[in-house]
Amino acid sequence: MTMLAAIIALAAGTFLIRLAGPVLRNRFTMSERTETILKAGATVVLLALTVTSTLIVEGEFAGWALPAGVLVGGVLAWKRLPLAVVVVAAAATTALLRLAGIA
Amino acid sequence: MAFRVFTVIGRDLLRDTAAYSVGIAVAGAAFAALATAQGLPWWITWAMSIFVYAGTAQFAALGVAAAGGGGLAIVATGLVLNLRHIPYGLAVGHLYWDRWWTRILGTQNLLDTTTAFALAEGDDRRRAEIAYWTTGAGNAVAWVIGNLAGMFIGGWIAEPETLGLDAALPAIILALVLPSLKDRGTLLAAVTGAAIALATSPFLPAGIPVLLALLGLVFVWPRKGREREEAPR
Repeated sequence: MTMLAAIIALAAGTFLIRLAGPVLRNRFTMSERTETILKAGATVVLLALTVTSTLIVEGEFAGWALPAGVLVGGVLAWKRLPLAVVVVAAAATTALLRLAGIA
Repeated sequence: MAFRVFTVIGRDLLRDTAAYSVGIAVAGAAFAALATAQGLPWWITWAMSIFVYAGTAQFAALGVAAAGGGGLAIVATGLVLNLRHIPYGLAVGHLYWDRWWTRILGTQNLLDTTTAFALAEGDDRRRAEIAYWTTGAGNAVAWVIGNLAGMFIGGWIAEPETLGLDAALPAIILALVLPSLKDRGTLLAAVTGAAIALATSPFLPAGIPVLLALLGLVFVWPRKGREREEAPR
């Protein structure tokens, strides 16, 4: 029962958080420069999320296999390979390193 | 009709959405399998996936519950993790701010990846809208199907880590932000932000470091100002 109440609260709170961005946006007229900064802001958060979730898992260093896989994916993306190739290469690199005993 | 839809969306985006959806389905299966293993009834697992609809927070909720945390701890942990959706909504919120139902669906579909897919389209607003909705639809379908699979074959699925699948989503987001990093100001801001997030992660609850990363934006501000001053009047 606690879990159900928690989930309802979490769902409602998350929806409000998601709503906050567009509602705030519509209160102002956006100059091109503000638009650029807002886009850069989301990019900054996304990269920070990728870097932290790749290097830290449950409060500790994630080991080499995960960042190595993500890095390989990043390099292939930079070379403009399709996303499917990026995903498979990233997962395969991480899986093979783990298979080889490298955490 | 179907053909027309495919033409509008475009082959590349469909292919990318398919690749991304497979990753999401696996994550959804892993979530449902873990939830089922923890004794969560199927309908609560479903309700969480549909109404919370935020993978990281959902996994965190299971983690907190497994560690013996109460309802309040679950809500607090999840909400702090989800605060990053505010900058996302600020950046892409206009893409779905049309009719009342697109607002509701678009708001619920605001995710790391839908934001990243929309941003990857650059200044082309129509392409960004198409990317947002296409990947959002792919995500929703894959998440639900993955959940269903995880509930039935939960015990059978190998650890996703063995297959390296935990590398899939970070690699996708990295791939999608790369084009934006061509802009030097954004690159500087993002790299500084990532360093701030990494440095503060050991001391702060998950979700806060990625917001502190926004401090990196100081590098975007002065540069744009200078550009404007240099522009001929």
